Amino acid sequence: MSDTPLLEVRNLSKNFGAVQALKALSMQVRAGEVVALAGDNGAGKTTLIKAISGVYRPTGGEILLKGETVTFASPQEAREKGIETIYQDLALADNLSIGGNIFLGREPIRKAFGFLPVLDRKKMADAAKDTMALLDFHVSRMDAPVSNFSGGQRQAVAIGRAVYWNAQILIMDEPTAALGVPEQRKVISLIHQLKTQGRGVVFISHNLQDIFAVSDRIVVLRRGVQAGERRIADTTHDEVVKLMIGG
Amino acid sequence: MTNAPVHIAPPADHGDVRLTTLQRIANLRAWLFLAFLIIGFEAWSRIDFGGSFIINPYNLQSIAIFAVVPLIIATGQTFVIISGGIDLSMGFIMGLAAVVAAHTINWAGETMSLPFAVLLGLFAAVLVAMIPGYVNGLLISRLRVPPFIGTLGMFGVARGVAFLLAGGTTVPVQNSFFSALGNGKIWNVPYIVIIAAVFVLLMHYLLSQTKFGQHNYAIGANEQAARRAGINIRSHILRLYVLSGACAGLAGFIYSARFSAGAAQAGEPLLLDSVAAVVIGGASLFGGSGTILGTVAGALVIAVIQYGLVFINVKPFWQFISVGVVIIISVLIDQAQRQYGGGRQSE
Repeated sequence: MSDTPLLEVRNLSKNFGAVQALKALSMQVRAGEVVALAGDNGAGKTTLIKAISGVYRPTGGEILLKGETVTFASPQEAREKGIETIYQDLALADNLSIGGNIFLGREPIRKAFGFLPVLDRKKMADAAKDTMALLDFHVSRMDAPVSNFSGGQRQAVAIGRAVYWNAQILIMDEPTAALGVPEQRKVISLIHQLKTQGRGVVFISHNLQDIFAVSDRIVVLRRGVQAGERRIADTTHDEVVKLMIGG
Repeated sequence: MTNAPVHIAPPADHGDVRLTTLQRIANLRAWLFLAFLIIGFEAWSRIDFGGSFIINPYNLQSIAIFAVVPLIIATGQTFVIISGGIDLSMGFIMGLAAVVAAHTINWAGETMSLPFAVLLGLFAAVLVAMIPGYVNGLLISRLRVPPFIGTLGMFGVARGVAFLLAGGTTVPVQNSFFSALGNGKIWNVPYIVIIAAVFVLLMHYLLSQTKFGQHNYAIGANEQAARRAGINIRSHILRLYVLSGACAGLAGFIYSARFSAGAAQAGEPLLLDSVAAVVIGGASLFGGSGTILGTVAGALVIAVIQYGLVFINVKPFWQFISVGVVIIISVLIDQAQRQYGGGRQSE
């Protein structure tokens, strides 16, 4: 694992007025690696991912993608560079199909009768089917609106959209928070799929069980600074909790 | 404890999605209403008059003509309601456009050929109607005025301007081409019905086959998701209200062709009819759902009720009651679908 990390954050800080939400934080994510961010409320996890995904402009420090320094003026720019955020509240349009959601804002157009531009629904449905199959999610009716799906399936659609647009880094904010236990397991297995496809995943969770089930490393934040970084194999629940609360 | 990545075999997930029976019925409800009404009037007509209600070219023509103007307004309203908004100003924008069309055609008819004057009248009506639409769009997209309030204000402004321009109430048009367009027919099909049919097809295409239509549904379901997906919400909303204004403009033009006059108050009763057509047609006032074809059925339901009650000699006040009852039933079905039909709403 000597190659350059997919994503590297060096000495990143973010101030809101006099409040220092993030102080000189550094971390790395390699291809095929799942890094968990843990910490109490207000520890700076959300600030960190918002800086990485282009929502906030960092006050100091730098972000490197595959070794190159990048700055993002907007989440769109971050997305174009391959950083996709899966939001907790699921950014899906419930009344559209899986394909409609994957292609939302970037719909493919074909010419009907050789001249009339129309939405290429077949292309959307085919791409949706292939993408969801990559995530081991098989749907019989591609034209059904996503409101008909369960929470875990909808989470899979949101991830599918990122996968289709070739996101290299997926940032997931509490992806299991609103789900039942079988659905949580489904999301965990989705994260495993992303990992085997060589993508990097940054994963925020309050659930240590989930973190230990899926992550390679854990970065613990406390009051805007890094309280510790451990390989999951070398640590325990107790140690992580102690790092979080500063025991 | 080793850290060999535990490959959990993901449970094979067959997203078993079927439209529930309730959803299917709800999607067709306007057409069912229509069939039900036609059967009812047909039975009444055969028993009372010994003749058919629906297999009667005169009745069919009358119903179609009844439906044309409200339907054109309702197609624009469909777009707005799907986006989660509402346009209350359409009725008086239509009146304004009717007055402008009448004035323009009279003025242009003095110096130009009659058909050209009519064409000029059409452009003037649609362009003038787009101005209040544009202001509505600016208020709602830039200044974050709620659609209900912004278009209610424009309702008053358009009404006042229409009456001022009309100088009284009605502006008669002297143009034989114009009245032929409004009242003539080809193979028993009135011209205005053909114009409306072409326009409805165009609006159906715009809603169901283009990015604009797709984005309209997305914004109505989850505006934040649409914004995150990179859709320019502001410019979409702006174009949306310009579109509904333009629909009101075309409706005003056709109204003045039909009666050879522009009347400021022409659209007054049509606003609620248009909202009713959209809701009966299956759209939700919460946004995110609805179709042009549903709205066509909704507009026909209202036209059949209105014409049919006149046909069977019932006091005209029953129209209001029946249309009102149909609206309430439609909304109840929509609510039921929301609760039991798996139509999960965003929290």
